[in-house]
Amino acid sequence: MSEKIYSINGPVVKLKEAKAFQMMEMVYVGNRRLIGEVIGVTEEETTVQVYEGTTGLKAGEPVIPTGAPLSATLGPGILTNIFDGIQRPLKHLEAESGAFLADGVEIFPLDKERVFDVTITISEGATVSPGMIYATCPETSLITHRCMIPAGVKGVVAEVMPSGKYRVNDTVAKIRKKDGSLVPLTLCQKWPVRTPRPSAHRIGIERPLVTGQRVIDTLFPIAKGGAAAIPGGFGAGKTMTQHQLAKWCDADIIVYIGCGERGNEMTQVLEEFSELIDPKSGKPLTERTVLIANTSNMPVAAREASIYTGITLAEYYRDMGYHVAIMADSTSRWAEALREISGRLEEMPAEEGFPAYLPSRLSEFYERAGCVETLAGGEGSVTIIGAVSPQGADFSEPVTQNTKRFVRCFLALDKSLAYARHYPAINWTTSYSEYLDDLSLWYAKEVANDFFPLRRKLAALLSEESRLMEIVKLVGADVLPDDQKLIIETARVIRLGFLQQNAFHAEDTFVPLKKQYEMMKTILYLYDKGTKLIARGVPISKILATGLFDKLVRIKYDIPNDQFSRLEEYRKEIDTLLSF
Amino acid sequence: MTLQFIGLSQINGPLVVLDGVPDASYEEMAELVCEDGTVRSGRIVHLADQRAVIQVYEGTSGLSLKNTRTRLLGHPMRLSVSPEMLGRVFSGAGRPIDGLGEVYPEKYLDINGRPINPVSREYPRSYINTGISTIDALTTLIRGQKLPIFSGSGMDHNKLAAQIVRQAQIAEEEGQEFAVVFAAMGVKNDVADFFRKSFEESGVLSRVAMFLNLSNDPVIERILTPRCALTAAEYLAFEKGMHILCVMTDMTSYAEALREFSSSRGEIPGRKGYPGYLYSDLASLYERAGAIKGCKGSLTQIPILTMPNDDITHPVPDLTGYITEGQIVLDRYLDQTGIYPPISVLPSLSRLMKDGIGEGYTRADHSAVANQLFAAYAHVADARSLASVIGEEELGATDKRYMKFGKLFEERFIAQNFYDNRSIDQTLNLGWELLSILPREELDRVDSDLLDKYYHPREDI
Repeated sequence: MSEKIYSINGPVVKLKEAKAFQMMEMVYVGNRRLIGEVIGVTEEETTVQVYEGTTGLKAGEPVIPTGAPLSATLGPGILTNIFDGIQRPLKHLEAESGAFLADGVEIFPLDKERVFDVTITISEGATVSPGMIYATCPETSLITHRCMIPAGVKGVVAEVMPSGKYRVNDTVAKIRKKDGSLVPLTLCQKWPVRTPRPSAHRIGIERPLVTGQRVIDTLFPIAKGGAAAIPGGFGAGKTMTQHQLAKWCDADIIVYIGCGERGNEMTQVLEEFSELIDPKSGKPLTERTVLIANTSNMPVAAREASIYTGITLAEYYRDMGYHVAIMADSTSRWAEALREISGRLEEMPAEEGFPAYLPSRLSEFYERAGCVETLAGGEGSVTIIGAVSPQGADFSEPVTQNTKRFVRCFLALDKSLAYARHYPAINWTTSYSEYLDDLSLWYAKEVANDFFPLRRKLAALLSEESRLMEIVKLVGADVLPDDQKLIIETARVIRLGFLQQNAFHAEDTFVPLKKQYEMMKTILYLYDKGTKLIARGVPISKILATGLFDKLVRIKYDIPNDQFSRLEEYRKEIDTLLSF
Repeated sequence: MTLQFIGLSQINGPLVVLDGVPDASYEEMAELVCEDGTVRSGRIVHLADQRAVIQVYEGTSGLSLKNTRTRLLGHPMRLSVSPEMLGRVFSGAGRPIDGLGEVYPEKYLDINGRPINPVSREYPRSYINTGISTIDALTTLIRGQKLPIFSGSGMDHNKLAAQIVRQAQIAEEEGQEFAVVFAAMGVKNDVADFFRKSFEESGVLSRVAMFLNLSNDPVIERILTPRCALTAAEYLAFEKGMHILCVMTDMTSYAEALREFSSSRGEIPGRKGYPGYLYSDLASLYERAGAIKGCKGSLTQIPILTMPNDDITHPVPDLTGYITEGQIVLDRYLDQTGIYPPISVLPSLSRLMKDGIGEGYTRADHSAVANQLFAAYAHVADARSLASVIGEEELGATDKRYMKFGKLFEERFIAQNFYDNRSIDQTLNLGWELLSILPREELDRVDSDLLDKYYHPREDI
């Protein structure tokens, strides 16, 4: 059964009087079988958005329904892979069509020939329900893949194969449902990308996503199961920050979505991640990573879908009981794809041409983050870290403003910091994290009791400094009293020695929490000592002359990550040198 | 035999509507023959059943509903390509206009190209020595990069691009071929002429393919110009294994042409009237730069754009900056002070620089020097704004050294002659010489070892 194309306008194709289609159904468009999705159905016409180039398409060519919504194929072999926005494996596409992408190529997303060492965990006669684990296999050397009973399958195990070697499409068990029908189970299943995957229930947020980046972990922590946004103009270092998080954060699985960004950046991620070794496991980082690359010149409708494909893969691994972090670079490109398609549909625009449903789409996406108890009874989480590229670096534009409403951690990148090559260019006065209260218990227990009190002091010093800098800009630093000079000098140490972090330095690129704590403690120790001396009338020039401030700036390079206890010596040295 | 359709149903700006076309395909090329026998070309931009909307590149003046015959060509816009294109001049739509006859085509290529599979890309690493200190040291150009020049009207962006083309030793190794593809969109005849002359002067003219859509040429044709140029460039780079430097000027005119076309179609405008798909459209051009695994050649792009009112947040520079791998920003203040090239160091950036410099590429201390120069020059800006309030005399000793550093940095590092071709060693040594003006403890971005080796304090300047 098929219907005929009536009109074509860019990626939007319309059909007249075609009532056979469901909303959000996946369809094949034209003789080349381009992949599309139904996005509007009325009495008169059906609207389809096409995920591939429509050049050469003719009116009158057929549109074939598939009866199912756009879905992701979930099964072993997702990790280490790189997909486009609608989960076509790019490595296979390369083999199929060469270095330049071709249209109308349909490839099964996973490697059909790869053999997995499967352990079957159910036995005949057992009662099963959706979400239960029926088979496991090592997917990479780091991650064990757990196959879960698909949604809607509830019944008794009628037949089961022995553990052994299977490919993704081999049947490993059969379930007899209540109505008597037999459902075969393979290693993979499908899930519609726009629907959140179910879990037993949500659980509270209490653990941080440790990133090894001092300004994030100490000042603006992200929680496991939380959502964070990184807005910044071009050149402010959004992608660099995302890469750092993807490399070093302590999630089990990373889903990296390159949504409408540069092709070379994806190549870089591919190259770097296969060379980088995860410090915890000693295995290449690719073993825990899946990449979704829909670069800016790839079809715009697939860019819109890429975000959903990514989050669906993330939720799938969450359901296995893993902590997943998803990096979406950049959500603005996704919003622009929405705007572009909305324009082609001649919808009434709201702010700046964006469709009126932009906020609801954003909130739907960010709400898919969370910490849950899975249907199988385990615990898993999805953390979303979305980059935002505001037009003209103006944070008052709709995407940034609406994103701000749905995330609780806001890491604002600042152009002037980036110009001075202060990286990560996270502005400490405009950024915030609402997770502090949720995480305080964890920090007190796992790092140090006084972590948050010290953090508050550090933040206060920085905000005091930015107030003083207003005065300094007008009259110069020399006229300030000594106690205020001390604040400025200490804040300088914090900025250069603590907030600034060198991603290309072997030691500094990732710093464990304990060292972060010790560094913070040492800097504030010097400040306290200094305050006392100044109160006694010791001139600040005498304190500065000890060279302690410059020495503390260099802690990050001078003290290796595993020798943070040596900072105790630093504090002793402060005592000796400042014993006037 | 191809069918001809007599008459049109509607004419509206650059668009004509043709009814009763049975077998048309989206983005198919069409030829419109006017009464006097002249032929115009167009492209189907909207299809609805048997109705086709055709965008006419040469404009619709002189067309009437009766006197026009339309022929559909059965394929999308194609460019005939061959290695003979080098040394030739083409119109914005890819037809030879130098009077030397047609190019004998080796093949026909769709001018829209196809996206490069991210898996097939080779991450660009080899650096290009442009001989210009600010670019080589601080915003290093990498082979396969897209690095635009953000300029404003009246500044020396053309001179700078010409100097890069002349000095870029893009094919330093034996047996590698180098060629330039030049696309002019809406620029004045003088500008095109300046480039032709400077190519001639530097002896590369026989290795340049020029695509010219001058400011008095049809506006809609401007939309094709960069696509034709990039198709030729891709062909030469990825099929003929050459290292291509593609200079495209002026991208702002291109975006304006796109806006004109979009509004004539009655599309919903985005920011400043530009269509909502400006980002995707620009990306479909810029992303054609790169290098491919297993291919000898590479395609490096230097697009030039003029920022209206010197506003970097204007949609064209803004979206460009989000797509390209960095930017070279020119500064009106430096230009007025007589400094050439007037490169504004702080907002300029090369994203691919970090992997293409240092040991094995340029020099081990490169990245440290670059970071320190950026940080120091950023401090100069603070010192200057303070000095403008309290007067230079009142500044502290360190800030005074910074003021000195800033002045010399602009005069000796940024400024250089149009014919001055500095080696990377010269440039980096100059950087150290300038840093030596500052007290050692101010140099916090450099390791102590490097300081010991290169830092020789100078009180004399």
